[in-house]
Order: sequence, then C-alpha cells, then structure tokens
Amino acid sequence: MALSDKDRIFTNLYGMQDWRLAAAQRRGNWDGTKGILEKGRDWIIEEMKSSGLRGRGGAGFPTGMKWSFMPKQASERPHYLVVNADESEPGTCKDRDIIRHDPQTLIEGCLIAGFAMGAHAGYIYIRGEYYNESVVLEAAIQEAYDAGLIGKNACGSGWDFDLYVHRGAGAYICGEETALIESLEGKKGMPRLKPPFPAAVGLYGCPTTVNNVETIAVVPTILRRGAAWFAGFGRPKNSGTKVFCIQGHVNKPCNVEEEMSIPMRELIERHAGGVRGGWDNLLCVIPGGSSTPLLPKDICDTVLMDFDALREHKSGLGTAGVIVMDKSTDIVRAIARLSRFYKHESCGQCTPCREGMGWVSRMMDRMVEGRADVEEIDVLEEVTRRIEGHTICALADGGVWPVQGLIRHFRPVMEARIADYKAKHARPSMPLAAE
Amino acid sequence: MAKVTVDGIEVEVPNGATVLQACEAAGKEIPRFCYHERLSVAGNCRMCLVEVEKAPKPVASCAYPVADGMVVKTDSPVVRNARRGVMEFLLINHPLDCPICDQGGECDLQDQSVSYGMDKSRYREAKRSVKDKNIGPLIKTIMTRCIQCTRCVRFSAEVAGTAELGGTNRGENMEIGTYVEKALTSELSGNLIDICPVGALTSRPYAFVSRPWELRKTDGIDVQDATGTNIRIDTRGPEVLRILPRINEDVNEEWMADRGRFSFDGLKRKRLDRPWLRVDGKLKPVSWPEALGAVAAKLKATAPDRIGAVAGDLVDAESAFALKALMAGLGSANLDCRQDGAAIDASRPDFYRFNTTIAGIEEADALLVIGANPRTEAPVINARIRKRWSLGKFPIGVVGPAGVDLTYGYDHVGEGPATLRSMLAGTHRFMAVLREAKKPMILLGRGALARPDGAAVLAASWAIARDCNALRDDWHGFNLLHLFGGQMAPLAMGFLPGAGGKDLGAMLSGGVDALWLLGADGIDPAAIAPETFVIYQGHHGDRAASRADVILPGAAYTEKDGTYLNTEGRAQISRTALHAPGEAREDWRIIRAAAQGLGVTVGFDDLAQLRAAMIAAAPALAEGFTRSFCMDMSGPAGDADALGDAPFASAITQYHLADAIARASDVMAECARTYGPVPALAAE
Repeated sequence: MALSDKDRIFTNLYGMQDWRLAAAQRRGNWDGTKGILEKGRDWIIEEMKSSGLRGRGGAGFPTGMKWSFMPKQASERPHYLVVNADESEPGTCKDRDIIRHDPQTLIEGCLIAGFAMGAHAGYIYIRGEYYNESVVLEAAIQEAYDAGLIGKNACGSGWDFDLYVHRGAGAYICGEETALIESLEGKKGMPRLKPPFPAAVGLYGCPTTVNNVETIAVVPTILRRGAAWFAGFGRPKNSGTKVFCIQGHVNKPCNVEEEMSIPMRELIERHAGGVRGGWDNLLCVIPGGSSTPLLPKDICDTVLMDFDALREHKSGLGTAGVIVMDKSTDIVRAIARLSRFYKHESCGQCTPCREGMGWVSRMMDRMVEGRADVEEIDVLEEVTRRIEGHTICALADGGVWPVQGLIRHFRPVMEARIADYKAKHARPSMPLAAE
Repeated sequence: MAKVTVDGIEVEVPNGATVLQACEAAGKEIPRFCYHERLSVAGNCRMCLVEVEKAPKPVASCAYPVADGMVVKTDSPVVRNARRGVMEFLLINHPLDCPICDQGGECDLQDQSVSYGMDKSRYREAKRSVKDKNIGPLIKTIMTRCIQCTRCVRFSAEVAGTAELGGTNRGENMEIGTYVEKALTSELSGNLIDICPVGALTSRPYAFVSRPWELRKTDGIDVQDATGTNIRIDTRGPEVLRILPRINEDVNEEWMADRGRFSFDGLKRKRLDRPWLRVDGKLKPVSWPEALGAVAAKLKATAPDRIGAVAGDLVDAESAFALKALMAGLGSANLDCRQDGAAIDASRPDFYRFNTTIAGIEEADALLVIGANPRTEAPVINARIRKRWSLGKFPIGVVGPAGVDLTYGYDHVGEGPATLRSMLAGTHRFMAVLREAKKPMILLGRGALARPDGAAVLAASWAIARDCNALRDDWHGFNLLHLFGGQMAPLAMGFLPGAGGKDLGAMLSGGVDALWLLGADGIDPAAIAPETFVIYQGHHGDRAASRADVILPGAAYTEKDGTYLNTEGRAQISRTALHAPGEAREDWRIIRAAAQGLGVTVGFDDLAQLRAAMIAAAPALAEGFTRSFCMDMSGPAGDADALGDAPFASAITQYHLADAIARASDVMAECARTYGPVPALAAE
C-alpha cells in the first residue's frame, strides 16, 4: 500500500508548482502556525515525542527527545537552532529538493522548532555546492520576513525569531553536527568531543540543537495533522513518512516520499521503474547513503526500509539514499571509490581515521586489481575494525562500513580477483618438471 | 565526589574530573599523546581509550567526565586492542629513524610502542613524507615524524598566546605549520620541544649532540630573568648541553623562557678563564697570586671610603654577601647593586618584591601594569598573567608604550606619569576598575624606577595600590618586577650604600679610587672615571672586563652552589653542574682569598659558614618562601608629586641580548638577527 497523495508532507517535492510563499500557503504551509505556537513549548515537544519522528539526517535519534534536552529555563545564554543542510552524503539529495521546491516547509519548521527549544535565532548551514538552492532559500526567507511570518513577533505569536543562512565550503565532515558548529563559528570543521553535547554547550558555547532539514520540514505538518497521524505510518519506532532517494541502475531515478517500512523491492519497482534489466539483474543495494553497508540481492528481496529492519541486516537506513547496483557493477571498484571519498573527507583529527582511511583506501585500490594476497582481506577487515568506534565522530565508522559490507557479502569476488591477478602475473620462467 | 571503580579499585574523585584523572588516582597509567595537563583537551590521539561499563564503545579517558558509580576497565582485551590499533596507525606513517632522531630515549611514541607496538608492520603501501618547516633558529622541525597531536598548536595558542601554529589540510594530508613560513615570535617557544611527544619539534642547537642517558642532570635555577625558573642543567663532561625546566607549580609551572633555555652556549664563549692584570695599559695574563697581590696592594694603599663595590645582575647571594663582608672588613660603606640606578627603597622588603606572588596572579581580578613589558622581562610570569586573563573577568590596564603585544588583551591607559597623576587624583577611568576589584594588582616595572623621577614613580605606584585597597592584611597587590635572577638577593642583604656611603653614581663619577665590580656588566664602562682602579670579578669578557685593571675569573651560575632570590623573594638554591673553566674559581673563594691577602677577617672559611653568616644577617636568604601580606600601608620614600613627564619605556629593548651570557651566545645572536634589528657594535 503506497502513500496516498493526501498524506504527503512535501506536496511540491518535484517543483511542479511555484516555490514562492503565496503558492506554498495555498498548499497549506503556514496554516495556523500561531495556533500551534500558542499551545506552548511542552505540548509541541510532547507531540513530537508521540509522533515517533526519528532524525532524518542518518543517525535516527528521536527528535522530540533531542529537543527536550535543551534547558527548560532561559539563562543569560541564548539558545540556538541549527539546521543541517550540508547534505553531502553520496547518494542523498532529498534536502536539496525540499529547499529548492518547498522551502516554506523548512522555514515554518524552523520557527516552530526554535520556539519549542527557546531559540530566538536559527542558522541554516547549507552545503557550499548548493548555490542555487541557497539563493532560493534566502529569497524564501525574505518573503517570510516580509509577510511577518518570522522576525519580530513571528506570525503574531509574540515570539521573535530570526533565521540566517550560512553557506559551507564543501567539506563532508561539516555535516557532522559539532563540526558544523565549529565551521559556523568560523573555525576549521573538526568534530568536537562529546560530552558536552550541543544541547548544553553548542554554538558559541550556548545550548544548541542541530537538526536535519527533513526533520525540521516535517514538523509543521505533524503538528497540524497530529502525532497519531504521523505515527500511523510504518512499523512501531520507525514511524512516519520519509523521502527516499533512489538512484543507480534503476530505470527512473527519483526522490519519493513514502511510508517508512515499505519493502525495498516495492519501493524500487513502484517508484523507480525497477532495476535495469529486471529484479533478477540486481547485484546489491546500498540502502541508506554511501556510508551504510551494502545488501546483496537475497536480502533486498524481502528487507523493509526502516531503521530497525536494516540494522538487523547489519546495515542502516542512514539518509535513505538508495543506491542500486545491477550485475554490470564492479562492486570492488565501487566500494574502493567510496573508500577514496572517505579518505579525502577525513578531517585528520583522530589517529585511526586519519591514518587508517588512507590505508584502507590504498588496500582497496589494490583489491580492485587483485594485486594482493588473500590474507590481506583479513588484514583489511581487521584494520576497519580497529578504526570503527575508536574516533570522536562517526565519519570513520561510516567510512569503513562499506568495506566491511563488501567483505561480508562479496569476499568470494575479491578472492577470485586475487587469484585471477596471480594467474595472469605468474612467473612463466619456471618450467614445470613434468613438461 | 564521585565513586569510580577502576580495574576493581575504588577511588573517589571530585565531580567534573575526567576518567583519566580517576585512573591516575587509582594508580593506573594511561598512555597518551595529545593530552597535556596544562593545555585544553583535544582527545584526538585516541591512545587513552578505556572501557566504561554501559558505554557502547571505548571512550577517550582524557575527555570523558566521571559519573558516580562508573566502572572503568583500563586493561581489558577491548582496550588493549584499541590501543594496539592506534599505535599501529601512528606507526604506519611514522619514519623508522629512531637511531638518528634526537627524541630517541625520551620519546613517548618509542616508549608506548614497547607496550602496544607490533613486532612487524602489516603496512605495505608507500609511507607519507611531509616537508619540514622553518620556524626559526631555535626549533628544528622534522615534520614527517609528526603525529598531529596538536599539543604545539594548543600551546602556542593558549599558553604562549601567539597563535602562529595550526593544522592545514585535511585527513592524512594534515600538516602542522605556520601556513606562511615564519619564525615563531614567542619567548616561550622552547617549551614546544618539551611538549612535543615525538621528534617532530626538537632543539636546533641540541641537534645530534647527545643522548639523554649520557647526560648528568643537575637541579639549578635560571638567573637570566627574575622569575626564578626551576631548571635542570644537563651536562656531559665539561660542557652544558642543554637546559630544561623542572616543574614548580608556584613559580614556572613547567615552562621556561627561551633566553634561559638556549643561551647556554654562551657559557662556553668569551669566558674569563684566567686572571689578568693591566700592565702598562695592556691586560696581561697573570697567576692568581699576582692578581690577588695587585688587588691587595691597591686596596691597602687606598683609604676605605675611596673603595667601592658594585654587584651585578646575575650574582648569587653568597658572592655578594662575601663581597659585602670584605667591604665591611675594609671599612667601606660604598656599596650598590642597582646598576640601572633604579630608585628602589630597600627599607622594607615589600617595597621591592613581587608581593602578590606568581601563583597569586591567578587570584587577582584586576591588573595595572606600570612601565613594564612582562612579555620580554619575564615571559613565564607573562604566561601566568595570560592564564589568568583567559579565565575572564580580569581587566588589565597598561601604562607604557602603545602598540605592544603582550599576548593578551589590555586597556592601554596611558604612556607616562601623567596617567599616574590622574589616577591618584581619582579622575582616571581605570582607577574605578581597580577600586571595584576585590584583589587588584599593580605591577611596576623595574625600568620605570630607573629614571630621574624613579622615586616618585615608586611612591605614586604604591599610593595607587593603597587607593584601590590593594594593600591589606589578606592581600598584597603591590609588585615590582625585577629583570634578572641576581637582583633581589643583594637588595635583601642590603648591598646598598651604608651610612655615609656613596651610591653607584657617586662611585662611577670619581667618588672612589678603587672599584670592585662583581659581575657588573650592566653599567657603561665609559661612565667609570678614568683614574679609577677597576677590579672586575666575573665570568664573561663582556662590557666591563675590558675596562678592568685586574680581572678575577669567576664562575657562572651553572658552576657554583648559589642562592638566588626571584622577584617574589623566593630563596632557591642552584647546584653546581660543572666546574668553572680553566683557572676560574667560585666567586666566594676568590673574595675569601682576597680578604686573606688584605688581612681582613670576613668571618667564614667555607660555604657552610658563609651561608650561616648570610642567613643570620639576612633571614630572607634562607631557602624557602613564605607569602606575606601588607601589614603597614605607609609608603616608600619618594614624593609622588615629583613625577616627571617622560613616557615610560621598556627596560629590555633586545630580549635575546639582555644579559652577559646571552650576549656571548651564538644562538641568541642568531635570534637577535632573526627577530630584531642588528645592534650597533660599541667598538664600531
């Protein structure tokens, strides 16, 4: 059962209509925002908790709970809302479409979220490469200011809320929340140690909550239609709707808002026109953006697209960037390319990631050729285990998971390639005794 | 307090402590590279990972706060595997050049690899190499060895206050450097060598010189500024090979200024290693009996009130006391130790001491600096001021030259005595700040007293301290910052004009016929009246020796047991690290021998007797220190109304060439060339 049009939150995801405020308001944005704010901070947070919304940026942390970590009483330190629009995960392009086609959902969400956490200022940290999107976003914010929806006495609620757009400079690591905060402060984007968590010590040392664009953008609709409505989609603890980005070897790559826990096969076949050459031509799928381990076809046949189901198969929903690969794919080479990406994007702070990513990437490059020993696959696996979980942030984990997934599911391919290389490069100079 | 169980040992640590501190309290050693007690926590080396029960993954103990009831494992398989992994990662790109690395033998990476290293490498790829950086004449860089712990970055930004180092590039291409090549401008740069856990930053003068296990280590006191930095003098055979700081929380913590650290090569150059006597206008090498005979002959033939003595800036208390005793035996009261002519009132010790104490700076909540540049006059004390400043709520006002970078933010309140006048009148805005403070501090530079209106500056500064309630029985906010390690002790023993005695100016301008200069290189030899017979006793052929009629070669601070008072009045003893070169002798022995030749009784035959007599005469010279507060608000002599108008200037114009040892040092000469204009040579 697919999500019906009336239950879509992002009604202009494809840009078929105007993104401007007037059109957005016709689609229902900014409807009764003042009334939502009047219900108060606690109601909003409770409602978010019962909606079961989990963060859409990759880690899937319950949003309502995250908001509740912000100090209840305002002290002399201001609170900040930071929206993470540094969408850099390969295979992910959902925030981009939200920003360029439905920016008012995000802006309205910022106001409500900012109010719920006692923030008078919000920062949207947008990826540097999203130049056109930032232009749209800034124009949309200006429209909202002009209409009195944000700014002083936003929506006539008595709450002052300012929203700023900050463009990044193209570093993947700045999508990590504390590195994003550092970068926003004008420093080199390097993750901070936690604890203290941003809710205690964040931007400029003040309580801060960092949320993904999609997380914030779904908030107004959830509050308008009720937590129960949202919680009605998907399996328990994996509730709601989600924008999936389907790409790779499919007939019609697309972004689509769907119910959580939809079977992967149905998702791909219904919305993306199926795998190139038919489902049986499928090799594997990376289900949640480049840092989640790939799943081979036999798992893809039945797996559901939600946090817990994918975790059971040692992968993850991540950002729901579904990368489909058919049998024409050189899977070792594909994963080696991802390793190179993570090596390039490591910030260089923690030893295991700084030194290990280069090591993994170089070994993977040899694995592509098969220029290695079979035992080195075990070395590679152990190196990834020694990187994983030993660093400040999760970049290192995400950087080695693809390799671990490759070894888990495609070790025979790697071994065959090594044997192949050895056969081709065997020394011919030693004649066999039998000849 | 939080109860934490570390490997089954229960310890109680204060809330807010880190897991690493709890582990140390339990006696467990945690390996670390990036963590340093005196720097902010970076948590990036990942060597200190420990297992905490209920935590999903191993945590960096240096950064993780304790919680009550926490259970920590420091030696579980998970922990060992994590550390082995980190060690392997550190070593894959680290060059295997330990045999030619100067850090060898005192390298954290080397030591830890014994515990956590593998016996062979699994790394088959190409190793990374990094271009070396030129960051000045003191620090040699071999950046391929760098493990990116960022201790140096944090030190220069946080302690030294010169944020010149940083990391450029990302991931495995990250390099530590200055981005645009430049020499580090910090006076504390040598500490980077100490805090670097590997051989990436090493001492340039010490490069390829020695191995740590070959060195004999002697505890000493740095005399090249008045901080009284506790040092370790490393010697091999007859030479000092390097000088390192020792930890003393009350004085230098574990830092040290560059001039004290790097000018030891000056101890080998331009040394006076035999007695000289001026014969027919020319200095000729002579034997000790001849030199002492000439001294005895001259002094016997001179009326006692025509004999004078001046103590220099680097002298130990024992030598000065011996000379004072000799002068007393001869019947002369012509003594002075203020070569710069500073108008110091020695009638009470708190008129010339750093009363707040160095550690006490951290208690202060406002500071007024008058005519001093603490950064060049006492870099380690300046770091302490910066430490206090970076904690916030510490307004600093400076009266002195504008545009000086003291490494912290301050309010430039004026340039000269006019500002003091308006402060005394109560009209100055900064006076309100001082009055509001609970523990205000006045830091008066010695240079501000070495002027015609010095006495007035001293009196005015004291009066400001009194007006802002800095002189109390629970707080003493008046501080005089001296410049050299030998300046305090002579003041404390009264090496000053006695009853009817002549001061420095009178002695120089022909007031005496025979002048005994004990290491007194701070005066212009040309100022000494031409007919005066000059006895120079000291260790360097510096400014005064060329003017001498007799040269008595003495010992430098590394070559004698001596007591030094730092600017706080803290008496510390420096030990003999090596013998004085050639025929040079310890100074008190020379004076004792001269006394014998003169037939004068000085009251001691060995160092123990000398010390006993000295301490009996001046109890402040007994080793140790007690902080004292202000019990008497009446001020020093001097009329605050007599203030002049000349703006204050820094007492030290060239940091690297400020004393006789530094002036003999090639390393310091190179620093002076790098960091400042070339000084005009006096002879030219």
